[in-house]
Amino acid sequence: MTDDTNARIDAVVKNNPVVLFMKGTPLFPQCGFSSRAVAILERLGVAFESVDVLQDQAIRQGIKGYSDWPTIPQLYVGGEFVGGSDIMMEMYESGELAALFQNAGAATAEAK
Amino acid sequence: MPMEGAEIAALIKAGIPDAEVEMTDLAGDGDHWSARVVAPSFAGMPRVKQHQAVYAALGGRMGGVLHALQLTTAVPK
Repeated sequence: MTDDTNARIDAVVKNNPVVLFMKGTPLFPQCGFSSRAVAILERLGVAFESVDVLQDQAIRQGIKGYSDWPTIPQLYVGGEFVGGSDIMMEMYESGELAALFQNAGAATAEAK
Repeated sequence: MPMEGAEIAALIKAGIPDAEVEMTDLAGDGDHWSARVVAPSFAGMPRVKQHQAVYAALGGRMGGVLHALQLTTAVPK
């Protein structure tokens, strides 16, 4: 991974309260795991920035080294790596994810 | 070539000797697996570290030949 890619990833992660690196877009996810991650965030009504790794090969590879995590999607909250879609699902079911967003001051609205 | 469930479980156990591994074939096609890994050595580790330990045991196959592995980790009750 080049320093440039790392710096670009770092800027996105640090400058947004909630970021999801995913395949595709929230409207058109290109992978079941990314789709599940988006569904969880939407259910919690949290505002998030998304990065489509399919549009940028450097980020697609670089993000795996950035977090030492081999798969996509990847969720970052408050500049910290939280996990992939399995961890998101576990944390959603246990209520930890909602608490994390509250503590991070992420903008949420109860989904109707 | 998809990986066999037994092969995946064996790799995880080789990397995490105290792990109990339960594999489920999600789609019935031998290519979409769910693994539940329960290990006493996970105690005190955050979830991300537990998953990273499993990925490390799989030695770089995750995200490559192993695209779809749904993973749950836990410490035995």
